[in-house]
Amino acid sequence: MADLKTNFVGIESPNPFWLASAPPTDKEYNVRRAFEAGWGGVVWKTLGAEGPPVVNVNGPRYGVVYGADRRVLGINNIELITDRPLETNLEEMARVKADYPDRALIASIMVPCEEAAWKAILPRVAETNADGIELNFGCPHGMSERGMGSAVGQVPEYIEMVTRWCKQYYDRPVIVKLTPNITDIRYPARAAHNGGADAVSLINTVSSITSVNLDNFSPEPSIDGKGSHGGYCGPAVKPIAMNMVAEIARDPECAGLPISGIGGITTWRDAAEFMALGAGNVQVCTAAMTYGFKIVEEMKRGLSQWMDEKGYGSTAEFVGRAVPNVTDWQYLNLNYVTKARIDQDSCIKCGRCYAACEDTSHQAISMSADRVFEVIDAECVACNLCVDVCPVEACITMERLEAGAVDPRTGKTVSDDYYNWTMHPNNPSSQAAE
Amino acid sequence: MTSPLTPGIVSGRLAGEALSRNFEDLHAPLDAHEAAVAADRCYFCHDAPCVTACPTEIDIPLFIRQIATGQPQASARTILEQNILGGMCARVCPTETLCEEACVREAAEGKPVEIGRLQRFATDSVMAAGVHPFDRAPSTGKRVAVVGAGPAGLACAHRLAMLGTDVVIYEARSKPGGLNEFGIAAYKTTEDFAQREVDWLMQIGGIEIRHDSALGDAVTLDALIADYDAVFLGLGLGGVNALGIDGADKDGITDAVDFIATLRQAPDLAALPVGRDVVVIGGGMTAIDAAVQSKLLGAETVTVAYRRPQDQMPASRYEQDLAASKGVRILANVMPKAIHGNGAVREIELEYTAVSEDGRVSGTGETVRLKADQVLRAIGQTLTVDGGLSVEGGKIATTGAGRTSHDKVWAGGDCTAGEDLTVVAVAEGRDAAEDIHATLTGARA
Ligand SMILES: Cc1cc2nc3c(=O)[nH]c(=O)nc-3n(C[C@H](O)[C@H](O)[C@H](O)COP(=O)(O)OP(=O)(O)OC[C@H]3O[C@@H](n4cnc5c(N)ncnc54)[C@H](O)[C@@H]3O)c2cc1C
Ligand SMILES: Cc1cc2nc3c(=O)[nH]c(=O)nc-3n(C[C@H](O)[C@H](O)[C@H](O)COP(=O)(O)O)c2cc1C
Ligand code: SF4
Repeated sequence: MADLKTNFVGIESPNPFWLASAPPTDKEYNVRRAFEAGWGGVVWKTLGAEGPPVVNVNGPRYGVVYGADRRVLGINNIELITDRPLETNLEEMARVKADYPDRALIASIMVPCEEAAWKAILPRVAETNADGIELNFGCPHGMSERGMGSAVGQVPEYIEMVTRWCKQYYDRPVIVKLTPNITDIRYPARAAHNGGADAVSLINTVSSITSVNLDNFSPEPSIDGKGSHGGYCGPAVKPIAMNMVAEIARDPECAGLPISGIGGITTWRDAAEFMALGAGNVQVCTAAMTYGFKIVEEMKRGLSQWMDEKGYGSTAEFVGRAVPNVTDWQYLNLNYVTKARIDQDSCIKCGRCYAACEDTSHQAISMSADRVFEVIDAECVACNLCVDVCPVEACITMERLEAGAVDPRTGKTVSDDYYNWTMHPNNPSSQAAE
Repeated sequence: MTSPLTPGIVSGRLAGEALSRNFEDLHAPLDAHEAAVAADRCYFCHDAPCVTACPTEIDIPLFIRQIATGQPQASARTILEQNILGGMCARVCPTETLCEEACVREAAEGKPVEIGRLQRFATDSVMAAGVHPFDRAPSTGKRVAVVGAGPAGLACAHRLAMLGTDVVIYEARSKPGGLNEFGIAAYKTTEDFAQREVDWLMQIGGIEIRHDSALGDAVTLDALIADYDAVFLGLGLGGVNALGIDGADKDGITDAVDFIATLRQAPDLAALPVGRDVVVIGGGMTAIDAAVQSKLLGAETVTVAYRRPQDQMPASRYEQDLAASKGVRILANVMPKAIHGNGAVREIELEYTAVSEDGRVSGTGETVRLKADQVLRAIGQTLTVDGGLSVEGGKIATTGAGRTSHDKVWAGGDCTAGEDLTVVAVAEGRDAAEDIHATLTGARA
């Protein structure tokens, strides 16, 4: 069994799986059970300032998007930060941390964008002996309208300013949690970096409406016939989150900034992918909310098995391994020429490749009267759509043309030289080929 | 109290509770969640093979997608546009040799999409809502006589009514439905579904059924031709082939179709007599159904005696397995030679057979005797009335969409060539109606 022990910005945890700040980490009872179930760390449900706590709606707070068999693909929520008194949370955090010294316990914080507010809460948090703090600049609903959460996360200057205050008044690691509800994730990440953040974590939830009730025309979740945009999370947001993680990981201005990956992580494989894209550890919310704390067991065993198979002795050995392979479109090799190949033995003759290519792509698949489907190399642009829609795994594959072969579509001989758009004559800004 | 071991043909071999369990729905209906999961397995194939395999060419991927998107009633409309008895077909079609055999998931993993059960889910939703989704077109002013209220006649009548033509159905029996009502195995169409479906179908309007009005008895074909603009014959096959062996006149020997018809009409299955040792002669769907239902009624032993090798049985593999699972023994390569007994049948003597290269069956001389107090004949039905039309291979000869040798007479269903299946009868009735309509309104090419 590979060793899953992880050191993230100096915080040790027995494995890289932390529970994200959310209902699973809302109170002592949950967190103790999560630690018993094997989670490596938790980011406590976001704390607010001293005084009367926020209130949540008293009707449904979740909307859902299902796949087949009511599989949860995505959930959105209109829940706010903790609705329990600050004091209660702090006492519980201190108790839990004392009992689980080997686990990571991070305090998530969201207070108004004023120096005094941060200066007031940080010493209180420090007293709990929490391993670090996470600044919640991400929540897209309820708090943002009050000038907190994503209202701060959408303004890089505020991020930098608040991060600076935290580094000034708190001496343990400061993680800045980013909202995906912006156009370019690198700006808030750079701001956090400039403010002295020890790490960023992302993503928080995506502003969303999951569905509309077509009887009463209320968005779901419906509160007395009205709905409000909520934050989307779960497997559906994973691709968005991974791109944002990769964008930061390969941004020279963020070089060396550790990342805690969040967003749709449900299996060991999801976690490994985030980590390959540069996340030093991962945080999970929806998967735990869907299946309970026990899923961490599959994640731990799965990641460990894969590390053994690949010969990785520690998570640090593969973190970031995919980052150099994430590039800009213009650097992709235009001499990489492939064609779709249909394995007739495994073809079940559903014709989906045909419909897809004929109706929406390049008319590169022929269909005979007895339902034999074949690729017409002279038309195939290698888009891969047929592979994606084929219900049989590995029935259609993309095969690379050898150097020296002629691509029947272009009539050109395939070369194995690396050749990209920046060198292409059609590119107005390319250097003229000699 | 009788039991499976009571000798002779007696009733009440099983307690009422066991009987109702035995005759429950063969395939329980899908609930909404099961239907959603089953529907999700459909790949929405291009030019889907299942559609080609359905004799009525229902747009299967479309109706399944409509179930998946939460509209079972709209889905039912897609089905019923092509097959007005889509509810019955969902229950009785041998899907394993039709749509589900063609399903690409059958090729992929041996588990087709459950098309039949999904079709039932959709059609049940319309029946439960009590709505009839079709309206009649403006009147054509034409009148058509349909003979027989079985699947072929009903499908023809409904389509004509929908197209604006008034229809009078002449039906020999006192109840409509044909073999849906009198032939299909009881566990395939429970809760009086056949009658409920006819009632639902009749909501289209413009169709009158005259019961106890047999062609050749109450009316003649000539009279119908004279009185109506066109005639459609959906008579089915009323006769049964004779056994033609020694002892075939003994008590205890019945036609399987009569046995089943009685069973289908019985108000109380516990009052229905069945033998202790039942032998069914034949190898088609009728033989299997008669055998299975005898067993379910409480017969101790039931044997199907078929004269060719088992892999040549007309009943599908699925039907054979069903019979075996109920405890029916299938004896292949035997033919009846004589029936023994003093007044009533006591034993049947079967001769082993060999089948020659060209498919001819002959006896080997070796015989075996089976204990039997009831023998059911299921060796094929025959045409009883032809109204003087040309006949080919024992069936009313047709060309195109059911055109007979008389230019005002169409025919379809079991009384014409083609597979004897409910769904085939529906397709032929529907297509004949379209052809009649085109002919009567002058649109026929
Ligand atoms: C026991 C049995 C089980 C079967 N099981 C299945 C099954 O599971 N699945 C399947 O697809 N198919 C099954 N079939 C076949 C299916 O029932 C027939 O193919 C189908 O019913 C044919 O329809 P039809 O309208 O042509 O004939 P029928 O259903 O036979 O209807 C003919 C109608 O015409 C009436 N009629 C007959 N003569 C006259 C007359 N002279 N004047 C007026 N009316 C007349 C009859 O009373 C009847 O109502 C089974 C058949 C049998 C016998
Ligand atoms: C009901 C709910 C409440 C949440 N509350 C908080 C919160 O208080 N603070 C916070 O930083 N993130 C909060 N989140 C966001 C999660 O921590 C996480 O960033 C997001 O759900 C994406 O991860 P996932 O796809 O694994 O769920 C909440 C999410 C959910 C579903
Ligand atoms: S790769 Fe694209 S263009 Fe080529 S056959 Fe497949 S769908 Fe058509």
